Parts: sequence; C-alpha cells; structure tokens
Amino acid sequence: MSNGMINEQSSAAIFFGRMGRYAMHGIEQLGDGTRLGMHALSLIFTRPWQGKHFILQLYALGVGSLVIIIITGAFTGMVLALQGYYTLAKFGSESLLGAGVGMSIIRELGPVLGAFMIIGRAGSSITAEIGIMRVTEQTDALEMMAVNPKRRVLLPRIVATTIAVPLLVSIFDVVGIGTGYIVGVEMLGVNSGAYMAELIAKIDMIDLNGGWVKAGVFGFMIGMICTYMGYRATPTTEGVAKATTQAVVIASVGVLIMDYILTSFYL
Amino acid sequence: MIRGENLSKRYGDVDAVASTDIHIQAGAITAIMGGSGSGKTTLLRLLSGLDSPTTGHVWYGDDDLCSLSEQRLYELRESMGMLFQYSALLNSLNVYDNVAFPLHEHTDLDEEVIRTMVSMKLEQVGLRGFESMMPSELSGGMAKRVAFARAMAMDPRIVFFDEPTSGLDPISAGVISTLIHDTSKMNRMTSVVVTHDVSAGLAIADQVVLMWQGRIIAEGTPAEIQASTDERVRQFLEGRPDGPIPFSRSTTSYIDDLTHRPGTVRMAQ
Amino acid sequence: MQQYRRIEMTVGVFVFLGLVAIAWLALKVGQVGGIGESGYTLTADFNDAGGVRKGSDIMMAGVIIGRVDDVKLTNNDHATMILRVNEGVKISEDAFASVRTKGIIGDRYIRITQGMEEDHLVAGSEIEETESAINIEDLISKYIFSGKE
Repeated sequence: MSNGMINEQSSAAIFFGRMGRYAMHGIEQLGDGTRLGMHALSLIFTRPWQGKHFILQLYALGVGSLVIIIITGAFTGMVLALQGYYTLAKFGSESLLGAGVGMSIIRELGPVLGAFMIIGRAGSSITAEIGIMRVTEQTDALEMMAVNPKRRVLLPRIVATTIAVPLLVSIFDVVGIGTGYIVGVEMLGVNSGAYMAELIAKIDMIDLNGGWVKAGVFGFMIGMICTYMGYRATPTTEGVAKATTQAVVIASVGVLIMDYILTSFYL
Repeated sequence: MIRGENLSKRYGDVDAVASTDIHIQAGAITAIMGGSGSGKTTLLRLLSGLDSPTTGHVWYGDDDLCSLSEQRLYELRESMGMLFQYSALLNSLNVYDNVAFPLHEHTDLDEEVIRTMVSMKLEQVGLRGFESMMPSELSGGMAKRVAFARAMAMDPRIVFFDEPTSGLDPISAGVISTLIHDTSKMNRMTSVVVTHDVSAGLAIADQVVLMWQGRIIAEGTPAEIQASTDERVRQFLEGRPDGPIPFSRSTTSYIDDLTHRPGTVRMAQ
Repeated sequence: MQQYRRIEMTVGVFVFLGLVAIAWLALKVGQVGGIGESGYTLTADFNDAGGVRKGSDIMMAGVIIGRVDDVKLTNNDHATMILRVNEGVKISEDAFASVRTKGIIGDRYIRITQGMEEDHLVAGSEIEETESAINIEDLISKYIFSGKE
C-alpha cells in the first residue's frame, strides 16, 4: 500500500486523463445504447403487439406536451413577427414578413425549439419513470412474469416519441405562423394578403420536408436517448436524478448536432 | 429439480458468488441464509435467471437456463413466481390489476373468472376488499402481501422469495412466513427463500443453506444446522458479533489509526 | 377499462390535430398538387433565360396567370421554356413573352403582353416573339463604354 507516497502528476496530465476517461465512457455508452436500442427496435415486428401501451405513451408524451408546444409556438411566432417587422421595415420589405416568419419556423425553430420543449417535458419523465422502475425492481418483476421489459416499457416510448414529435412540430408551425399573422397584420399593419401570399410563394416542399425529417429524427433520438439513460441509471435515488438531468443534456446536444447535419444536407 | 453447477458471479474484482454448487429439491422449501453481502440475493438472481452467471450453469431439469431462447425461458417463467424484497408492484396499476397482471398477460380467461381468482388470492393474504387501492397507498406489509398474491396468481410450481419478512412488524412477518409454508405445502410448490431472519427460516424450511462470502458453508435440515458445531454457523445462529465472521470490516487496527503511530502500540490480548 | 377509452379518444383527437396541421402546411403553404397539372402548356425560346426557373411566375397585365414548368438548354446555345398557363386564359398568336424582374433586384418572371391577333394559341404551341432578360451589367458597361467614344 502506498499510503504516504505523494503522486507527482501535473495537473495537465490529470486533466487529460480525466478527459480521456470521459471520452472512453462516452463511447462505451454509445455502443451500449445502440445495442440496447437496436434490441428494443427489433422487437417491433414481433408478437405480442404492444398497441395499447403505445397508445398510453402517445397520450403521456404527445397529448402531455401539447400545451407547452402551443405556448412556445405562439410566443415564437409573435417574437419573430416583431423582430422581423422592424428589420424588414428598414428595407421597405414588410410584405415579406409572412415568408420570414414561416421560413424560420418551418425550417429551424419549429423542429429545434419543439424538440427542446419535448425533451424537457416528455424526455425527462421517460428517463425518470424508467429509472424508478429499475430501482424498485419493477422491470425485474416484469421479467419474472414473462413480459419483456424492453418490449413493454422501452419500445412503446421510442415509437411514441418518433411519431409524436412531427405531429407536435406541425402544430407548432401552424400556431407560430398564425400568431405571427396576428401580430404582423393586426398589430403592425402588414398587408394580410401579402403575409400569406409571400409565405406561400417562398416556401417549397423541400423546406417542409426538411422540417418534418428533422422532427422525425429528433423524436427518434429523444426516445432512444431517454429510454437508454433511464434503463442504465444506477439503481439509487441519486442515480435516477443524475440520469434524468444527463438525459436532458445529452438529448439537447444531440438535437443541435443532428440539426446541423440535417440542415447541411438540405442546403 | 433446480441445480446450480459451479456457479460464480463476478462484479469487477469481487466474486459475489464463487464456485457454488447447489441443489434445490422439488416440492420442498429451501432457505438460503447468511449475513448481508454473503451473496444470497445474487445466488437467488442466478437461480431465477434474472442475472447470468460468470461461470457455471443453472439447470432446470435438462434445460440450461442461459442457453434457452427467450420464448422458452418465458414459457418456463409462466410457472414461476417471485416475491421481491420491496414488493416491486407496478405502481401505475391498482391492487386488482397488479394481482391480475399475469392472468391478463398470459391467459384468455373471462374477466369474471379472473375476478374470482384474484378475490381468492387476496382472501388468502387477508386483503380482499382492497382491490382499488394504489401501491403507493399501501403499507410495507400490505404491499408484500399483495405481491405474494400476485406471485401466486398463476399457481406456480416454483416460487422465489427475496427477504420476504425484512422490514415487517412481527405480526406481518409471522403471517407471511405462515403463508409461505402453508401455500408451499398445500400446492406442493418448490420454494426458494432468501432470508436473514433466522427463526423464520429455520421454522419453515425443509432444507437450509448457509452462505458466507459467496460460498456455501453449511447445508442440511434445520435440525442439522442447529446442531452444527461449525463456529461460523453457531455465530450466525446466535447473532454474536465476535467470531470467525468479522463484524468490523476495516483492515487496520483502530487504536493505531487513532494515535497516528503505526505499529508502536501493543494492546494486551 | 373506461379510463382507457377516454385516453384512446384523446390520443385520437391529438393525432387528428397533428394531421390537420400537416395537411394545412402541405396543401396551403407547400401547394402540393396546387397549380400542379392543371392548365395548358406553351413553349417559348429565349436567348437568355435570365435566371428564370421552374416555378417562376408568369404574369399578364400584372396578374399571375401561370407558372414556368421547365427551363432547358437547347442546341447548347439558347433556352427553351415550358410555360403552364391557367385554363381559361387566352393568349393571342402574336403575343410576346419577356423576362422581367420584380422591382429592381427581385425575382425574375415571365411577362406576357397580348398582341392584336384574334386567334389564340392552342395548347402545345409556341410563343414566337420573345425578349430575353435585360442584364444590368451589360446596360451599364454599354453606357460607360459608349461614352468613351
């Protein structure tokens, strides 16, 4: 035992050592997560179907996030209209407000802000729920009762987020464009015909498709990351709490990175 | 009927269970006892298939648990039940749905029939009438009894009990112990009970297995165990802190640490 | 479970709202199948398409009467455009098509000016008279260099 020997390591070495360990741990988690996710997904085509549990999750995650999505969408639209108006007015191009608001929301803010709201509301609850089930041995109980917890607990949530996010993002888009209209046309005097006409003229299917693809990918990522973090949480109260915050952070960063990748694809 | 062959389970540097052979007799109650950290819960998890062993095999008749397909494993599990230490009730379901869970999942029985069966199981544990309560509203003892009813729901042939009496008041503990004994005998079940409640274990078991540091140090009928002259067994049965099973886990002398002068103080032995 | 019925219905409403939002976006904003395949087509050749693209507007008397379906390079030296005009819009045989700009630096569009002929162009025929894009840089350099004489 070297009790009394002082370890002479420079702080730089310690720092890099720690970074290296984090990186290794991160890569391990990535591999483990992918394996777990693929396992859960592979069960999607096997019996028994989990239709009822999928519906329950869709309710908890989709309907549950509806209010926050509408609120976020509404205020995003309004702020964009305000900001956009004052900028465009300097060039005398206020009539383009509809297009500006629409483009920003449909291409970027709808999918990304929508995903963030959903991560906060639905993603964190997924991680916490699953983590708690693990701590209290409920997943083991399911196993012993011959119900596969990956099929019963993980899979419905992943499918639910993948489907719910595009739906919610579309609602976000419509609400945002709508409140942008209210602020722009009713309050700031932009021509109502111009708002919609420019919006329609300048937006192509490629913008919409890009938005929906992003939403679908984000939804899938949120499902995979949050279920994984919950499933692998250290089975203690602190472990679950830590896993929940980590899941939110990782999912959010993941969304931002994916956003960049998908945006460069579409441009 | 269930046989563990050369089982070991390694976590990092530690062997929670090491080179253990165990034979669970069919139709009998086997109690696995030992101090905390002796590996009994790990052994239980290996025997029930929740964890896979680092070495060795778990045999159910001719089937090796680890090599079974998921489908076959789940088939086997339909005739098994398990009572978890903290009940592990599904907390989004009420008492009725929890007990009926295996029936809903694996049978096509009419709801009326299921209702009758659940009533019967709940009556056995003295909780008929509590069907609509949620797990969070139950006391520890009540939750354990509901979990017992759930474990029995499909009239299993093999049941595992993980610390069934821990944390319970003497009356509830007695009730659970009696339930385990009577139900096992009545239905000729194979029961594996992990417990550190010495009196309960000795009272209900047909076969006792004593573990320490991941190995079996004694096995036999309750009478044989109680008559054992092995120092460790005696220490465990009598609940003494001094003996071969160390109470203190530290590896250095307390007096030395206290006076910061390693090796200079000698205490008269 | 009755509670499950209510949940199912709520989920149904939610999915319905989502699909309505998707449909509105796709149909109204993206104009899927909008102008699409209706109307009839005419062709026109230009020396310089001036950046007019598929989807650019076709206007007559300041009103949008159709969209450009396609712009192709022919014989490696001039542009041929397929113009899709709305049903009911009649264009005289001697009309001419020119490439114009909205505002000074805005989008390019095709402007159709009616001619005097009674007869109208039928589907598939060609607009003979065309005027290519007016290029600002050419104009300016012409002005500058003519001034040097």
